[in-house]
Amino acid sequence: MNSVVSYFSQTEGYQAIVKTLSELLGFDATSLVAFIVFGAVVTIVVTVLATIGGLGTYAERKISADLQMRQGPNRVGPFGILQFLADGVKMILKEDIVPRQADRFLFNISPLLCLLGVFASLAVVPFSSGFTLVNLNVGIIYLLGVASIVGIGIFLGGYSSNSKWSMLGGMRGASQIISYEIPVTLSILAAVVIVGGLSFGAATEAQGGLPHQWLIFHNPFTFIAFFVLFIGSLAEANRAPFDLPEAESELVSGYHTEFTGMKFAFFALAEYIEVFVLCGVASALFLGGYKVPFDLGTGAIFSEKLGLHPMLAKNIGQLLQLGAFFTKALLLYYVVIWIRWTLPRLRVDHLMVLCWKYLTPIALFNLVGVAVWMYAFDGQSFFALIAKMGAAAGGHH
Amino acid sequence: MASYNLDVYMPVLILMALACITVFGALFIGMFLRPSNPTELKQTPYECGEEPIGSAWSNFNVRFYVVALIFIIFDVESALMFPVASVFKKFVDLGMGGAVLGSFLLFIGILAGGIVYCWKKGDLDWVRSYQVSETVKKED
Repeated sequence: MNSVVSYFSQTEGYQAIVKTLSELLGFDATSLVAFIVFGAVVTIVVTVLATIGGLGTYAERKISADLQMRQGPNRVGPFGILQFLADGVKMILKEDIVPRQADRFLFNISPLLCLLGVFASLAVVPFSSGFTLVNLNVGIIYLLGVASIVGIGIFLGGYSSNSKWSMLGGMRGASQIISYEIPVTLSILAAVVIVGGLSFGAATEAQGGLPHQWLIFHNPFTFIAFFVLFIGSLAEANRAPFDLPEAESELVSGYHTEFTGMKFAFFALAEYIEVFVLCGVASALFLGGYKVPFDLGTGAIFSEKLGLHPMLAKNIGQLLQLGAFFTKALLLYYVVIWIRWTLPRLRVDHLMVLCWKYLTPIALFNLVGVAVWMYAFDGQSFFALIAKMGAAAGGHH
Repeated sequence: MASYNLDVYMPVLILMALACITVFGALFIGMFLRPSNPTELKQTPYECGEEPIGSAWSNFNVRFYVVALIFIIFDVESALMFPVASVFKKFVDLGMGGAVLGSFLLFIGILAGGIVYCWKKGDLDWVRSYQVSETVKKED
């Protein structure tokens, strides 16, 4: 069970601080120091992710402008990049309107529930082998669990407004999110079968840096499972073509019709961070996650060949891993935005047919395929088998 | 597995606390910045300019309830499959993959049977059309 604290505790300075504090305070300060380190790192992660979420709204508008041959936001800051800060200032200055017939308590906590679920899911996102907030041994189940809190927030947002548009949006959102959780869970199960563990660390370590070592190319079934997972993730995050809960052309603005100012902003922020988290999860499970080609991520090669200090070499490796993870996740993020501005929205009955009659049976079939593959080929990947066959053929000649 | 340190769940609690602080902090700071002059009309639910008739909390399509029921069954079954899936590799490495594969396939078979049953019964169709087809038959 490694976490960011166990990474830092390898250094001598950390242990010295723990020792000094323990002597000073008269009790074992391990947990206290861990708390402080966790607090600092959590603040950094949340700040970075909130910035990514904010920049996501900017990227969304800029990429949509690019796809439609427009300019997009270009007034605030260079290339309009500070647009999201200007939007934030505007949001905080807006009046907070609560409909008279609304359920005030639920109305106020529903944006909180959305943000809570998304923030809690950040705990297990594997940014790099050392810089994972905590590599829980039940990480995958934990993520599926806390990600469902977002669905509750969306449904309560729609329900508590006591507006017909919001109610329709909330009901659609709830049924869509829970339906698509089935294919997503089954696709993740396919990855779990191959990896043989429930932590994101184990899932990433089971893969390699080069594409043929990724889980997506492990066998034909995982290749399909990745796409089922990706489509399901789009629906879980209410992204187009599955943005029915907020379908602006039919439901005004769906579940957040009645929300103004910062409450609306938190719904939007939660959505954009959730998209990033889901992209990160998809890349960690199927696209090699933070793995850097040729084992550069461990940093051992730097200390051997260049004679660097082992800890410095390790830190360089961690930076490379962070780079690999963010590159993959942000590329998927681009694809998500690209899809939004390419595909039209689904109809509500088509949405349910796609989930229950196509994705769920496909995901079940994949699961059977992966299990049989594991049994028949002792868990070797497609490319490993080809390499083996090539070696055997070469041996006969 | 000798010692299990609950310290690892600290970031989860910190993150949740941070979410509360962010939301309530921003709303609290905004209290001093934003205007507040509520009027009767402003606080009515938005219905594109029409005066809303009745409450939105009324009877709702029963399809949503059926979807939730199907979801519960599938979610519980897939949750029960996680332990089997996570030890599958170990059993394959030990050479006992067959037994686990058998139980795994049995479980997936039950799930697949469930989805076939729902499909046949028409619970997967968003708009059930049996009433329409019956009236058409009567007219014939």
